[in-house]
Amino acid sequence: MEISLTVNGILKTVDIADENTPLLWVVRDTLDLKGTKFGCGKAACGACTLLVDDEAVRSCSYPVKFAEGKKVTTIEGLGDRENPHPVQQAWIEEIVPQCGYCQPGFMMATAALLNKVPKPTDEDIDKNIINVCRCGTYYRMRKAIHKAAELQAEKVINESKEV
Amino acid sequence: MADKEKDSKKVSRRKFLVKGGLGTIGVVAIGAYLFRSPIRRQILGVVNSLEAPYLDNIDQPMIWFEVTSDNNILLHSPKMEMGQGTFTGIAQMAAEELSVSMNQIQVVHAASSTGNVDSFATGGSTSISGLWKPLRELSAMLRVMLLKEAALKMNVDIDQLSVVDGVISGNGKTLTYAQAAEGVENWEVPDVPVLKDAKDYKYIGQPIARVDLDAKVYGDPIFGMDAEMPGMLYGAVVRASKIGSTFISADTKAAESMPGVVKIVVEDDFVGVVENSMIEAENAKDAINVTWDSYDNLNTDAIVKMMTVGNGKSSVIQKNGDSFGDQDEVVTLEFRSPIGAHAQIEPNGVVAFVDGDTATIKISTQVVGLTRKEVAKRLDLDVEKVNVIPTYLGGGFGRRLHTPHAVQAAIMSKVVGKPVKYFFSRKEEFQHDMFRPPTHHVIKGKLNEEGYLAGLEHQFVSGDVATDSALIPNALTNFLGADVGAIRGGFIQYTAIPNFKAECWHVELPFATSWWRSLGLLANTFAMESFIDEMALKANMNAVDFRLHQIADEPIDIRLKNVIKAAAEKANYSEEVKDGRAMGFAASIDANTPCAQVVEVSIVDNEIVVHKVTVAMDPGLAVNPDQIRAQCEGCVIMGMSAVLYEQMFVEDGELTPTIYGPYQMALMKNAPKEIDVVLLQGKDTPGAVGEPPLGPIGAAIANAVRRLTGERLTELPLKLSKKA
Repeated sequence: MEISLTVNGILKTVDIADENTPLLWVVRDTLDLKGTKFGCGKAACGACTLLVDDEAVRSCSYPVKFAEGKKVTTIEGLGDRENPHPVQQAWIEEIVPQCGYCQPGFMMATAALLNKVPKPTDEDIDKNIINVCRCGTYYRMRKAIHKAAELQAEKVINESKEV
Repeated sequence: MADKEKDSKKVSRRKFLVKGGLGTIGVVAIGAYLFRSPIRRQILGVVNSLEAPYLDNIDQPMIWFEVTSDNNILLHSPKMEMGQGTFTGIAQMAAEELSVSMNQIQVVHAASSTGNVDSFATGGSTSISGLWKPLRELSAMLRVMLLKEAALKMNVDIDQLSVVDGVISGNGKTLTYAQAAEGVENWEVPDVPVLKDAKDYKYIGQPIARVDLDAKVYGDPIFGMDAEMPGMLYGAVVRASKIGSTFISADTKAAESMPGVVKIVVEDDFVGVVENSMIEAENAKDAINVTWDSYDNLNTDAIVKMMTVGNGKSSVIQKNGDSFGDQDEVVTLEFRSPIGAHAQIEPNGVVAFVDGDTATIKISTQVVGLTRKEVAKRLDLDVEKVNVIPTYLGGGFGRRLHTPHAVQAAIMSKVVGKPVKYFFSRKEEFQHDMFRPPTHHVIKGKLNEEGYLAGLEHQFVSGDVATDSALIPNALTNFLGADVGAIRGGFIQYTAIPNFKAECWHVELPFATSWWRSLGLLANTFAMESFIDEMALKANMNAVDFRLHQIADEPIDIRLKNVIKAAAEKANYSEEVKDGRAMGFAASIDANTPCAQVVEVSIVDNEIVVHKVTVAMDPGLAVNPDQIRAQCEGCVIMGMSAVLYEQMFVEDGELTPTIYGPYQMALMKNAPKEIDVVLLQGKDTPGAVGEPPLGPIGAAIANAVRRLTGERLTELPLKLSKKA
């Protein structure tokens, strides 16, 4: 069946045999966006986190049919080298990644958190950022999340000035 | 030239000793007294300090480097990047001696077809220390080679040339490295030039950002899981869920008619399916009914019973003075650690293509050479015709020190004539891990009249680490009489104690256990340093002073004392319980790197909460202090996760749990809010970094809990037995 969804701002129509195919595999294998990772297939680790209509979703357990007509954002669409998202900028400034495999999931979860809670407390972070990182980069991630909140606030101020 | 010859002879002699020698000794020495044999002691020194220099291709700069037309340098690294920061460190080392800027160096994993194959592995915290001398020498050699060509092309004497950022100047002329290299077909490899003086370092010692930072922040497809080949199909391999299963037969009828099935491959030791899509492959796999011969009744209790000091073979790995004599006043404590999973987030996976007499393998592995050999052997190919193309690793931690799934993918590819990609499910990752073996420790100590230890004895038992590991010949273990991995951290580091002994027992388990980051260190240091703390309490002495007094005065001992003092001072170590918080102290030496830690804990809802960890470590010269800090932070959190939460069970013959969550691990909420790292430099060359900080964390937490609650926790994971 055909499913239409907007991925990183571009309308895509994909032909999928099984509408219950997890969104993760459509993104990775059909659309060839490899930044969203497979970790466990059971929504237990968060490596596959991306945004559906700006909400964090664990895409390994999210049937593609639910994404019909929705806006999907992956790490590739969050920002790029010329125009990094504040979360990516903060991740670079704090030199967060080690092996790096879980990092896109964490960055997407953080972006979703900042949409809702622009200035998260440590408790907000503990409650909302529940992915698994084996290298143990949580310490730098926490710093990066606070920094991303600052960068995002500055960006909002600058943009409102420009307007 | 004469010097050069001497040099290469020296190299080959070393090669024989370290590489060829151990594998060909063939001496079986069960129950050996390791400490009595000077040869065993010496080999053990190499194995334990892991400071042997890297030896593959170290006189051939041309297979390490490429000069690109845009005047950048490609460095083909035989060491894999798995998060430990090696690529950044080696880029700094190469940039230094090549006189190029950091952004002119691009590090890539060396495909085995380049010839730059590591005959051993990426592991053991040896990459930077092992490459320190040879890589700087190779870089300096390349610089001289380029200068020689430039001198010819510029018609300027080589002595008048200088280089800045890859641009050669002299006598008013300039030429880039790329221009110097252009058109040159035969390179003369020079003698090793004099290397830069430490005071002139521009990049070495700087906290330079990781070279792979952008790729990892923008989601570039750099991992094994992201690898593809044109026209590839998807494979899956049926795996038994029970321990010790041997394949009997497979009923593939139902699977054969499933949609998308290309081929079902039945080999002597595995059954695989090849499909058009990953999901079809998984479905068909589930439809195959395999009969296994398995251990059905095994449970955790049986494993614990097996893993008890006194079972199996033993080897005395260290001894000084006498035994305790009079058994009065001897304190005995027993400790245990459970089966641990690697739980790296990127599953093991591979893309393989066997095309006639050649094979191409894309894989995230810590053992390019071994993987290549195994594929060549099983498919009867010339090893030179197997090209292993390594990718970034989504975590290594020792899990990828054996990657035989490359062989299965290659067999499936050969059968279907197309590339085949396959990877483990998470359940397969948990059930078919090469686990950290469970351990049991019996430690005895006796205080003298002054309150210091008169005697100390560590008896411990572990499953395989290096034994039967495919990577290290069993001859080494047999020769030493002890598993070289299990003994890491098992030695007594307080060698000013007059009488001490360490004895390692080895028990074979019915499932695979092997390399888990830091090997025996995590469990051994937990046990030893918990015991030392208990003795300090019994002696009514400060835990830091108690330790310092009993450390000898060899160079490594002095470095250990220095990190102990530095950690205590930085953390303001105190034995007073304040505002519901207590501190705990522990220290260890691993691979010649001493590390001390102070943790601050409280108890909330009967759970241990770690607030702050102070780490003092002496890894020698810090090539990249920021990445060393990152390794300390990561080891603290991974170690915390292992000692507070993680545990595999065996239920009715199955290893369980098989998913994150039930396999509890540290999350953001559990990570300490403060990690303070102090780096000391007690020697002028770089040492081990990626594993040593895993040593002290377990005991440091347990010791803090003991001081807070009075309860001595002796089993990992640490759980309070009563309401605090």
